[in-house]
Amino acid sequence: MAAGTRLRMPIFTRLCVVWLAVIVLGAVLADFVPGLQDPNHQGFLFGTSKTNDAPSWAHLLGTDNNSRDILARIVYGGRVSLVVAATAVATGTVFGMLFGCFVGYVRGKADAVVMSTVDVILAFPGLVLLLTVVTLLGRRDLVVIAAVVGFLSIPPYTRVARAQALAVSRREFVLAAEAIGTKKRTILFREVIPNCLPGCMGYALVNAAVIILLEGALAFLGLSVQPPTASWGNMVNAARVDIQINFWPVVWPSLALVFTVFSLNNVGDFIRRSRAVRSAAL
Amino acid sequence: MAGSGKAHLRAADEVLVRVEDLVVEFPAGRGRTVKAVSGISLDIARGETLGLVGESGCGKSTTGKAIIQLPPPTSGSVHHGLVDLTELSGEAMRRRRTDVQMIFQDPISSLNPRRTVGDIVAEPLRVWGPHGRDEQRALVDRMLEAVGIDPEVARDKHPHEFSGGQCQRISIARSLVVDPELLICDEPVSALDVSVQAQILNMLEDLKAEYGLTLVFIAHDLAVVKNVSDRVAVMYLGKLCEVAGPDALFAEAAHPYTALLLDSIPEPDPTVELDEGLSEGLELPSPIEPPSGCRFRTRCPHATERCAAEEPQMRRVADGHHVACHHPLVAVAE
Amino acid sequence: MSGGTVGTLLEVRDLHTTFSIPAGDVRAVRGVSFDLERGRTLGIVGESGSGKTVLARSIMRLNIGTNVTTTGTATFDGRDVLSLPHAAMQDLWGPEMAMVFQDPMTALNPLVRVGRQLTEHLRHHLGVSKAEADRTAVELLREVRIPEPEARLRAYPHELSGGMRQRVCIAIALACAPSLLFADEPTTALDVTVQHQILNLLGREQADRDMAMVLVTHDLGVVAGRTDETLVMYAGTVVEQAPTRALFADMRHPYSEALLRSIPRTNRPSHTRLAAITGRPPDLIAPPAGCAFSPRCPYAQDRCHEEAPPLAPSGGDASHAFACWTPVGSPEAAESFARNVADGLPSAVAVDLASGGAS
Repeated sequence: MAAGTRLRMPIFTRLCVVWLAVIVLGAVLADFVPGLQDPNHQGFLFGTSKTNDAPSWAHLLGTDNNSRDILARIVYGGRVSLVVAATAVATGTVFGMLFGCFVGYVRGKADAVVMSTVDVILAFPGLVLLLTVVTLLGRRDLVVIAAVVGFLSIPPYTRVARAQALAVSRREFVLAAEAIGTKKRTILFREVIPNCLPGCMGYALVNAAVIILLEGALAFLGLSVQPPTASWGNMVNAARVDIQINFWPVVWPSLALVFTVFSLNNVGDFIRRSRAVRSAAL
Repeated sequence: MAGSGKAHLRAADEVLVRVEDLVVEFPAGRGRTVKAVSGISLDIARGETLGLVGESGCGKSTTGKAIIQLPPPTSGSVHHGLVDLTELSGEAMRRRRTDVQMIFQDPISSLNPRRTVGDIVAEPLRVWGPHGRDEQRALVDRMLEAVGIDPEVARDKHPHEFSGGQCQRISIARSLVVDPELLICDEPVSALDVSVQAQILNMLEDLKAEYGLTLVFIAHDLAVVKNVSDRVAVMYLGKLCEVAGPDALFAEAAHPYTALLLDSIPEPDPTVELDEGLSEGLELPSPIEPPSGCRFRTRCPHATERCAAEEPQMRRVADGHHVACHHPLVAVAE
Repeated sequence: MSGGTVGTLLEVRDLHTTFSIPAGDVRAVRGVSFDLERGRTLGIVGESGSGKTVLARSIMRLNIGTNVTTTGTATFDGRDVLSLPHAAMQDLWGPEMAMVFQDPMTALNPLVRVGRQLTEHLRHHLGVSKAEADRTAVELLREVRIPEPEARLRAYPHELSGGMRQRVCIAIALACAPSLLFADEPTTALDVTVQHQILNLLGREQADRDMAMVLVTHDLGVVAGRTDETLVMYAGTVVEQAPTRALFADMRHPYSEALLRSIPRTNRPSHTRLAAITGRPPDLIAPPAGCAFSPRCPYAQDRCHEEAPPLAPSGGDASHAFACWTPVGSPEAAESFARNVADGLPSAVAVDLASGGAS
């Protein structure tokens, strides 16, 4: 049964994986990529380039209205999106999965307490929390944004993990482990969590896409990282005033956003589907 | 009964496990309770196989799980030797778990899909020892061989690479690796094809002899129960109807419900006459609001007013044959 | 097998169904042929993976998916249903052929009241008014012995017991008076007393309506009392085919015999050792070259592993066919059994042990 039931990755999904790899590598290694320009270098001040320039060999994707190289800004801007998304996913998975799996397995009072807390946080408007924190701290850098978004992603992960754990806990191998006399903590980490992991991972990729869009929207509203630090959202925001002169500076970061979000969803979907195939084979 | 009473229980020194007045209830929402098991008394002699038989919803699986305190019963006692398991703390019960093991109906669901077979069978050893790697491995290999699985082939594979019958074997290996006294088998062959079912039944008989096991065999299939049991208890809607040796039970069923079950078995013999009128259109009552008196009375062809008013108690039909019915089908020794 | 007689309702010839999956082609049904007369009951018996359900669904054209190929012919009332366009098939489902499934819970839509599921079907196929459909629905529920049918029309499927749900499914299947009913493991999910009631109901309806029925089951006990003719399937092929009484009186294929012997019987004393079939069913992606049962057969000879036996009637009785080189009761079988026991072949030893080691 087992051999061959594994789903083959379609070529399209492979392309998505490649795109994500390029974005991640670019963001991590941006400082070392040969030929990549300084994202904040304003060429017109030195007479080396024009503002709102069309794509050329010097600037592959053209320049924006401050004559900065768009390709460089997209590569560096990816950093913001990815750091925010990665923090959110990491915080969400670690804490959300721990809380969710724990209460989904033990149920009872702990479940009631954790889930009502989760509901309260979910009901609280995230934007208001973000504004409050930013105002109180008086700074708006990547650390603060990532921390707030990370905190806000714990509740949805807790919900997803709890639903998974409820189903897994009903499986007879958990009962069998209890009948053997395995300690509850061991059962949680050895039997319950590993079986909740794939479901949570599928959700994590889709959630990462949502977070990237959220960061884009925040940046567009001027609520994400402080310019001149590049982020895809604030690039669109800055370029939108000149859209009638040159629409490329709006198009490029938007495309980066669309491709990334789409790829995350596509790969997340594939993981979920291949998992469904495998559990159907069980 | 489906009624109560303890006339069928044997002397305490003969039995390994004695269950008295076992009650298991679950909340069913809106303040109602499901009365899954309502006052069952049973005993299991050392070395015997007790068959627990009945239709879905009769509480047979719940009874089996209550014996190993997963979950503990709402009330009643489960004596294992001199110890009442229901009185033990969580940790004290955990320490006794190796004595009583259980195997489940769904062989695939009872194995963690993300762990290897070797790992699964070694799990009880990881909890209870021996802790030495080589010792564990030797024990696991010997156990896998005993259930007819080649350890060299199976050790590093995952459960989904095996058929249902093989998963059930692995599951049995896991429960026997700690050398339990009592093995509770909860519908162990119901999910299997008939040819595989026969393999597992034969193997259980062999293992029982080899390891000196006492078995509780829970099933809905009377023919299967008859084949493996030394004593059969028939359950209906949370109550016990009849307790007897398998051959006596089939030869002269005393309870009308037992008779109905026996008549319903599809015999693989085209010359057997089929009873067209049997139990036509009669539904199982809800375990939330079970009928008063005898719980079987709503489906019983012999029911009288007395059955609604008064719950029948266990009475002796013959040695080792007891029935809880006001109007048994065979004469009862008063 | 007498092809093309006046009373023949369904004539299946050389039906093959294959599922393509990444690991290869699963040949679920491999060349099945049979006839079914009007008003008769055919039992198809086999274990999981024998192809019995796939066969029934292939004839009903209910194998959904792009990876399924069905070849051969299935002539129903003069038309080859396997080559009919989908739209024509839809007119056939209901008034001509209907199916009762194993799991009555998943066969019914959980969000729609029982009454609407029944009347919609009636109105779609028979084009009757709503009032007329309601009246017929009550009639049908009464016919399948559902108490208080008017009240049950307003119930949702989850409010009914498993047995009642299966009765509703049968009512829906019977609604347009089909001439052929497929019952695919209709009682496997039900308790034994309910199974008895449902089988009685199916048998009664079949007789009253003069409807043909194909009863698919894994249980020889179900087949025994309820069918006129039986096909025993193994690994996608028919291994034995005979009138039911003749089959049980004289099982010729080693698999049929083994299947019957592996069932615990109530008329034997307890702790009787069962003659288990050793080994596992074959891989349907690469079935064995010879007889598919040969690796598990106590009577197997060299020839069995190399050459697949044809399904053919034995000497005297034209209605009793089996596919075996060493049929049960033949001198060849006795000879190879003795040799296999002597060689310690597990399949033969298991049978020998269960019979008390006679040889």
